[in-house]
Amino acid sequence: MAFGAFGGAAPAADQQQVAQRKSPIALWLLLPGLLYLILFFVTPLFSLVITSFQEPVPGGFLGEYQNAFNPSNYVEVVGTYLPHILRSFVYASMATVFALLLGYPVAYVIGVKLRPYPLVQALALVILIAPFFISFLLRTIAWKQIFADEGVVVGLLKSMQIIPADAYLTGTPFSVVFGLTYMFLPFMALPIYTTLEKLDLRYVEAGSDLYASPFTVFRTVTFPLSLPGVVSGTLLTFIPATGDYINASRDFLGSTDTAMMGNVIEANFLVLQNFPAAAALSLILMMSILVLVSAYVKRSGTDDLL
Amino acid sequence: MRGLGKYLLWVYSGMALVFLLIPVVYTIVFSFNDARRTNIIWRGFTFDNWLNVCDAQDVCPSFMNSIVVAGVSTVLATAMGTAIAIALVRYRFKFRQATTLLLFLPMATPEVVLGAGLAAQFLQLGVNKGLGTIIIAHTMFCISFVVVTVRARVAVLDPALEEAGRDLYGSPNQVFWRVTFPLLVPGITAAALLSFALSFDDFIITNFNAGAAVTFPRFVYTAAARGIPAEANVIAAGVFFVAIALVLITQISGAIKRKRLAATS
Repeated sequence: MAFGAFGGAAPAADQQQVAQRKSPIALWLLLPGLLYLILFFVTPLFSLVITSFQEPVPGGFLGEYQNAFNPSNYVEVVGTYLPHILRSFVYASMATVFALLLGYPVAYVIGVKLRPYPLVQALALVILIAPFFISFLLRTIAWKQIFADEGVVVGLLKSMQIIPADAYLTGTPFSVVFGLTYMFLPFMALPIYTTLEKLDLRYVEAGSDLYASPFTVFRTVTFPLSLPGVVSGTLLTFIPATGDYINASRDFLGSTDTAMMGNVIEANFLVLQNFPAAAALSLILMMSILVLVSAYVKRSGTDDLL
Repeated sequence: MRGLGKYLLWVYSGMALVFLLIPVVYTIVFSFNDARRTNIIWRGFTFDNWLNVCDAQDVCPSFMNSIVVAGVSTVLATAMGTAIAIALVRYRFKFRQATTLLLFLPMATPEVVLGAGLAAQFLQLGVNKGLGTIIIAHTMFCISFVVVTVRARVAVLDPALEEAGRDLYGSPNQVFWRVTFPLLVPGITAAALLSFALSFDDFIITNFNAGAAVTFPRFVYTAAARGIPAEANVIAAGVFFVAIALVLITQISGAIKRKRLAATS
């Protein structure tokens, strides 16, 4: 079912249901919400398609376009923005890997190791979701100021001669990937936590009873059982990270050299008023993500999730 | 060797949690900074920013806008999403696959695409962008999250309870409002809180559909270029404290309820 990959908590909820009835009530329950999504989610995608093929009105003002069939828009944006497209996927993949490396152990400790201490477990869980409650823009600004040229981190690294005296951290690929990793870490850790929290420890015991080393038990028992959470977490990190333009913005952790697809879509739409280019880039972004995600879900063997 | 490995795991996870908290603490601490013009360097402790939050230009109006947008979108999304969640678990209908796909796709689409798509649609229809278009956009992306949250709750609902209601000659209406709905309230509350938080903190979709309307995240984004006033930190810190208090209250009241239920049974 579609939600499995994202819900983590309630896959297969529909199948186990006892008595599903057929009733006209169902239609009335579904109609308002589905109609709303069709109006404000599906038709906007068609608007994007139409816009992406538009051409400028001859002799018109900036931002004036007319409907046409102009597939060269796509060729043009790929030609101009290929570095940004590649950068988006490279940065997002790196952030996803780092978030997994950080988030899995945290989720494991909270979901398994802290089981005997419910109070500490609850507290750790609150810490994990605490960042959600404070403006993400201000949190990103906080990192910018911590990494600033005159800030603590740069000063410390320079005095320890880890980085040369003229080095800087903000506006580099490092700070952008760092910011993305930070921003999406809770999105990675939470779904993994929900699967590990329900992990039946008797399987792990059975593994060690059969003389498997702790690592083998983890590799062959714990990790496969937590795979649905890992898949949800990586998707919840990778997808928004690819489209993000806050971290890579030069007012935050990036510079013009780190601009990602989100940045150029924003610039084309809201500043340059080149709507067709922005629309074409948006569709390229969405299509590439859908292709990558379905390939990934197939490969990870959690086919039934999507 | 094994002992060391165990120890490492705890230290590593503890450090990851500290890492998560650094910017949270930083933002709160700098709401007490005697900042004067730029809130970058620590200049000493003061309550001034907290006492005169609205002195900084645009901070309070943008905050009020965000509250209005989040409130209205939450009500709309929670109503529509809850209805869908109930239908998904309780009823059989055609187009189930298409329905789940339609609910799943908005969550799998990057925010820029959602934002640019809606903006392109408003542009083609000649709609003036403002608070109304922001509310339309936020309601749209909140629906799916409401469905996921409430559905989990409907799925674990014991159908025997409703059966008992029907056996006692409750009309379908009575059974729904006296039995089903009260049991769903915790799930619906969680979904509403999630919607509110998502809407309140949303920037990307908002930025594409705001026109001249300024929400709190939009204010912060524009201010980032010239320096963010400490009053913005006050707002963020205030929201944080309220949210944490809400989480603690629901956790504690849940624990008390469970205890009471255990005592009566």
